[in-house]
Amino acid sequence: MSDVKITIIDREGEAHRVDAPTDMNMNLMEVIRSYELAPEGTIGICGGMAMCASCQCYILNFEHMLPEKSYEEEDMLDQAFFVEDNSRLSCQIPITEGLDGLEVRIAPASE
Amino acid sequence: MIKTDILIIGAGPTGLFAVFEAGLLKLKCHLIDALPQPGGQCSEIYPKKPIYDIPGFPEVLAGDLVDNLMEQIKPFEPGFTLGERAETIDKQEDGSFIVTTSKGTKHHAPVVVIAGGLGSFEPRKPPIPSIKDYEDKGVAYIIRDPEVYRDKKVVIAGGGDSALDWSIFLADVASEVSLVHRRKDFRGALDSVEKVEELSKIGKINLITDAEVVDLKGEGELDSVVIRHKDKAREEEIKETDHFIPLFGLSPKLGPIANWGLEIEKNAIKVDNAYDYQTNIPGIYAIGDVNTYKGKLKLILCGFHEAAIMCQSAYQRINPDKKYVMKYTTVSGVSGFDGSKKEAKKEVVKSIN
Repeated sequence: MSDVKITIIDREGEAHRVDAPTDMNMNLMEVIRSYELAPEGTIGICGGMAMCASCQCYILNFEHMLPEKSYEEEDMLDQAFFVEDNSRLSCQIPITEGLDGLEVRIAPASE
Repeated sequence: MIKTDILIIGAGPTGLFAVFEAGLLKLKCHLIDALPQPGGQCSEIYPKKPIYDIPGFPEVLAGDLVDNLMEQIKPFEPGFTLGERAETIDKQEDGSFIVTTSKGTKHHAPVVVIAGGLGSFEPRKPPIPSIKDYEDKGVAYIIRDPEVYRDKKVVIAGGGDSALDWSIFLADVASEVSLVHRRKDFRGALDSVEKVEELSKIGKINLITDAEVVDLKGEGELDSVVIRHKDKAREEEIKETDHFIPLFGLSPKLGPIANWGLEIEKNAIKVDNAYDYQTNIPGIYAIGDVNTYKGKLKLILCGFHEAAIMCQSAYQRINPDKKYVMKYTTVSGVSGFDGSKKEAKKEVVKSIN
């Protein structure tokens, strides 16, 4: 079992440095949910299909190391709010060893 | 007034399967759904995506699962109120309920089952603080009657198919159409993107990309929108308009159900999972993704299980004096309300002389 350290800033602005497993087939949205860093029902609503944008995060470093956005992710970000150039859907970011030290901020929940 | 035994709110897979389980107990069902077609998320969000954890189906497309469920429940002749959202619930003196939809359709049943999944699908509203003040006063999230926009100035926001298609359509109706999108790329069908480009070149659509509508202005009625450009060097632009139509797709909301006096936890309805998935209000059950309890899994297969258990309890509630023993369909077959009868082939008994 191997873990990487990821810093997640929640919607209240508090930073959490958490261990994320690389061998559990998890994505960043699931890591956020497993540590309950955003209230249930406000994140990962679609279950991780890039179909709701509730797991939008701003990537604060390592942006170049992430997989390219898929058509679905771009499409969903077009329908989302508070979108910035560094916005990603965290459900589309698998946890890999290269992400040790990743820092992200969870985007505001939209109505 | 629509009368039924079990009124189901939500026509997703869980709600549909509840019709089958109720039918085996000779209980009739009627379903309400805010979407115009049955199937819930499976039809609306991911009809072409495969599901791998439906028992007995190594792989099934979400849309096919819905088609199969519709076929399975057909003998039980469920009623549907589609395209209407369940708005209010009123408990009657005899313990039954009347549920009224957004269009005023009334439904009367002794048992109400909420199988509402993530909630009803509502248009996404941009986070503009004053937007609520202008709803129906220049701001609309759905285009119901395009004639409303004839010879008016219209600003549409969004980058998907509906934003593109409506911009194209309204270009011939409105006096001026502006399309505001946060990027230069559009994700709609190629035909629509090309058509918008063409109309933009000949001045029929005013295309404003790398920009966002950030504020609304007007005394009582909308008279202009404030557009912020990505290029920080450019100043915010005030654009006069009669209408602003943000088209950012749909997202699910628990909606009015949240105000029915049900115990809510984590955006879901708490139920008694030690027994029958009943809520804190006797006679109202919640099954599928909409409910929560210790150990809850939001899986379709769990919704199916909850539907079966719920129906047994609903039966006892509706028929308190009757005794009932669960029967296997393999033994008893399936007798539809339409007179159809499905059953296992009888063994042929023939003696050899």
